[in-house]
Amino acid sequence: MLSLLAQIDIEPIDTPDVDWPVLVPLLVMSVGGILMLTFASILKRLPSSVWSIATVLLSAATAITVIPLWMRVTDTANSASSTLAGSVAFDGFSLFLTVVIAFAVGLTALLSDDYLKREGLEGPELYVLLMMSGAGGIIMAFANDLIVLFLGLEILSIAVYVLAAMHVRKLQSQEAGMKYFILGAFSSAFFLYGIALIYGATGSTNLIDIKNFLSVTVLADDALLLAGFALMLVGLGFKVAAVPFHFWTPDVYQGAPTPVVAYMASGVKAAGFAAIIRVFVLTFEQYRTDWQPVIYVLAVLSLLLGSFLAIVQTDIKRMLAYSSISHAGFILVGVQAATDRGTSAVLFYLAAYAFMVIGSFGVLTVAGGKGDAAQSLEDYQGLSKRSPFLAFALMVFLFSQAGVPLTTGFFAKFGVISAAIDARSFWLGVIAMISAVVGAFLYLRVIVTMFFAGDDDHDSDDGESAGQDDIGDDADVASTDKIDVPLGAQIAIGMCLLVTVVFGIWPGPIDDLAREAIPRLVQESPAALFGN
Amino acid sequence: MLAAVEVTSNWYLILSAALFAVGAMGLLIRRNPLVMFMCVELMLNAVNLSFVAFGDRLGDIAGQVSVFFVLVVAAAEVVVGLALVVAISRRRATTTADDLSVLRG
Repeated sequence: MLSLLAQIDIEPIDTPDVDWPVLVPLLVMSVGGILMLTFASILKRLPSSVWSIATVLLSAATAITVIPLWMRVTDTANSASSTLAGSVAFDGFSLFLTVVIAFAVGLTALLSDDYLKREGLEGPELYVLLMMSGAGGIIMAFANDLIVLFLGLEILSIAVYVLAAMHVRKLQSQEAGMKYFILGAFSSAFFLYGIALIYGATGSTNLIDIKNFLSVTVLADDALLLAGFALMLVGLGFKVAAVPFHFWTPDVYQGAPTPVVAYMASGVKAAGFAAIIRVFVLTFEQYRTDWQPVIYVLAVLSLLLGSFLAIVQTDIKRMLAYSSISHAGFILVGVQAATDRGTSAVLFYLAAYAFMVIGSFGVLTVAGGKGDAAQSLEDYQGLSKRSPFLAFALMVFLFSQAGVPLTTGFFAKFGVISAAIDARSFWLGVIAMISAVVGAFLYLRVIVTMFFAGDDDHDSDDGESAGQDDIGDDADVASTDKIDVPLGAQIAIGMCLLVTVVFGIWPGPIDDLAREAIPRLVQESPAALFGN
Repeated sequence: MLAAVEVTSNWYLILSAALFAVGAMGLLIRRNPLVMFMCVELMLNAVNLSFVAFGDRLGDIAGQVSVFFVLVVAAAEVVVGLALVVAISRRRATTTADDLSVLRG
């Protein structure tokens, strides 16, 4: 038998070398999620909180496994590398965003525990989907190949489609899931077509090969490549909710379960911007004169429409949805600069925004009451009396979103605007500042409502806010009752509060990390490529 | 005899662009979620055709390999989409996209 085999000339298949330690954060998140699903199907009787705690621990483990990798990357000046035949980039950028996504998953899991109990939806599903989605986000942060990027985007998105429709007894939630699904699939198709055209123009889907190809070749006809840029920007613009691809945002944010919205605004956005920066700022640096104007226009539209449309909203979740659109505009201001400084400003913004937006939606989760019914602005009247902690926390988060000094939001906005001015985009800087002022008005309105408009304590509740809810909810939003903040939400909101204030006063550490996390494209050494 | 027209990869690319456009228009115009899913599938498969045509033109196998990944993703997407339609139609007698209008501002 052996001699027979020896006669046949078997060509060994060249398998690319795998730098396993690099993949550990991703494996913790994805394998952890799969194992959780397996255990959940065996141990059906476990209380729902177990899965929440497991998710928090696994995402903490993900963040912790990044630490040794971070040491490795920053050890010598240029030790970024790529592995798996160049399809996975290992640099500070991917590690930084991995941590942001891990925190988004962990904090959302803390918020979800009580939400699921309140809505009678206990079960491991939300946590498993959350971790799968987080794993997709991490793949996007590490992706160094357009196909890998697409797979990461889909793993991230498909899980979030289900998460948005998670509330099985609420039609709004299912409608949100459906809308997000249709538009998400639509945008994914555009993104994929963009990949196909770039592949056709450059002959590769690997970002390193594309960049090398473009640096030695002058394309006689770059129409294919430019069309590819446009289609990819449409796809990614949808994911990060930039105007004019923002139509789904208010509807989905309003209808989806509030903890899920916290994840969508932080984790999904971070992953989307990871893709935009790695593909456009890094790989297509040479063609920046072609894509910069487009990002410029997207940024201006998002900044202005986001903050102006937010003002006319009466539902607080819709309002924060529009404000998240204007935040996407701010982040695009940093992207448009297309400099290292702009990129580190974007990273700082993404980290700071993740904490303030999770905190905001965390407060909304608790204050929303049963069925998420109390989400109109009137329901927040006198929140300071019903729960001083929630009102104070929301105030800090909204101040931070407005960019008030002594919060992380201030340095985030300052960073992107100064990066834009550094790159000589003065008018973009001016528009961003106008948008910040308009936004400040909006956030102040909510704060004033919470603290000063609640004097009429015995205002009879006419249930106008709950009018849309078609399920038999008890439209009795007791406006004078104290709100009990559950432990999980306390921890999550407290942590967001701590990060927002401490690093708002002392932004140095995050800023230093963001500066070291500039993405790089590093060719894998040929020896490592097929090092059997 | 008519001179045989040589079919180049450009023909496939044009066909793929046309299919993609049909899918995109269909998704925007049609109101039945099931038909909308079919339009998404049409768009994804149009892209597959592009991948194969480019792969052929470049003499590169990566284009054809990409198709497998896209097929898997498309299948996963349909599973989720159909589950959503089932979930909604349990609560509603008819399922057209126009009925989904609880959320508006």
